[in-house]
Amino acid sequence: MVFAHLTSTPWWPALWSLLKIVFVLVPLLAAVAYLTLAERKVIGYMQIRLGPNRVGFRGLLQPIADALKLLFKEVVIPTNANRFLFLTAPVLAFVPAMLVWAAVPFGPDVAIANMNAGLLYVLAVAGLGVYGIIVAGWASNSKYAFLGAMRAAAQLVAYEIAMGFALVGVLMVAQSLNLSKIVEAQAGGGFWSWYWLPLFPFFLVYFISGVAETNRAPFDVAEGESEIVAGFHVEYSGMGFALFFLAEYANMIFVSILTSVLFLGGWYPPLAIAPFTWVPGIVWLLLKTAFLLYVFLWIRATFPRYRYDQIMRLGWKVFIPVTIAWIVVIGIALETPLRSLLR
Amino acid sequence: MSVTSLLFYVFSAVLLLSALLVITARNPVYASLYLVLAFFNAAALFLLLGAEFLGLILILVYVGAVMVLFLFVVMMLDINLARLQEGFLHYLPLGLAVAILGVLELAAVFWTAPLGHIPAPGAVPADADNTRALGELLYTHYLYPFEIAAVILLIAIIAAIALTLRRRPQSKTQDIGRQLAVKVSERLRLVDLRRPRP
Repeated sequence: MVFAHLTSTPWWPALWSLLKIVFVLVPLLAAVAYLTLAERKVIGYMQIRLGPNRVGFRGLLQPIADALKLLFKEVVIPTNANRFLFLTAPVLAFVPAMLVWAAVPFGPDVAIANMNAGLLYVLAVAGLGVYGIIVAGWASNSKYAFLGAMRAAAQLVAYEIAMGFALVGVLMVAQSLNLSKIVEAQAGGGFWSWYWLPLFPFFLVYFISGVAETNRAPFDVAEGESEIVAGFHVEYSGMGFALFFLAEYANMIFVSILTSVLFLGGWYPPLAIAPFTWVPGIVWLLLKTAFLLYVFLWIRATFPRYRYDQIMRLGWKVFIPVTIAWIVVIGIALETPLRSLLR
Repeated sequence: MSVTSLLFYVFSAVLLLSALLVITARNPVYASLYLVLAFFNAAALFLLLGAEFLGLILILVYVGAVMVLFLFVVMMLDINLARLQEGFLHYLPLGLAVAILGVLELAAVFWTAPLGHIPAPGAVPADADNTRALGELLYTHYLYPFEIAAVILLIAIIAAIALTLRRRPQSKTQDIGRQLAVKVSERLRLVDLRRPRP
């Protein structure tokens, strides 16, 4: 009764949008908190250590302890820093990391905004996070921060192009920019009808570019502890630092979920037969995302950091030519009888 | 006043204000950040018109790539504002002439084709896909202009690279091809350590 009354009021659409945002962002921030614990645990076990195990049962309350510590830390502003931009930079990094989630589809027609140009939207908004890093590096007025910012800017521009080309391939085959429609185009059969198989080069390029775009190891030269202390966020403490951290991990989850949506069939089960189809679609989507996040941590524990010129070479001279060549291949395939394999 | 027109006035006001601040800001980094803000509001105006492709491409290309490189360069330069302002009076007549010419040309356009006479766009269905519509127009009706524009851009890219390319013989660039062509026999010598050498 009360609910029916509520939905008929004129401000219900606005309230409903706000509720949807809360439903997405609160679990997201919890996931970010526990991703930091998962990272420390997974890398710990890979290096034959236990990882954090003191706070709570087997260290399960560690993220909460970390968050409390960061909340109560003093925010230090360097004397010669540009005060306004120094304080704005973490917000500039955090806001795009949250905004991209507006277009992520969690099921058929389940999204904050199921927009027509969803793919274009996520590409455009995900590229904005770099402003936080550049502005932080410049406003800190520190050599190390500035070097980190310069590296981040060059790296992000290089990998964004490869990423964009990989997405062009997806939209050529799916014939749509709408993320829900891209997932629906992968339906039928099982894991072999998802796009990772026909678009395998794009799948690899997109995921590796995603690792590079989020400034994760082995592409973390923007932070580069061994060379430039902590890169763009050396001068940050307390919540300023925490916001950069939250943005980085939220972006990791976003790249993983978008890779699942574009290449791993989104909410479809790997085999369209009985025991698999009982599981709700969102569980499949989250399982795929969790697996890709594990790959993020696995890569970090496995590979040494790239040298800066090698990162540039990989981006400009390997990924961009590979994606352009595969776009031509897909373009030709779509005009021949081979198209039945793609759709 | 409807919500749409209210939003239009807000975005236009912020757009004009930030565009003004781009040319008056004393700090070049602030100026480029104001330009980013201006692009954003222009994109918002496109979105209000229902042109989501143009709006998002504006953000993707100009905010996501061009302005990042702009900031990159502006931050590296140590710009001395006092020296830049020295030439202000010297260039003022030329600047004024260009500005007056621009205003006159705009006036001529508005005089011959008053804005009120352009028909308002009809009602657009909610699922209209203007990316597809734009693509179909560009690759059929406007194919030649589109391809010519692409070729001009390609020439500009090649020219920019050719102008700045300088080969430094002493630079120690890694040559991946030569690295991969290395044979084991060139790099590795097995020595038997069990037998003492004479």
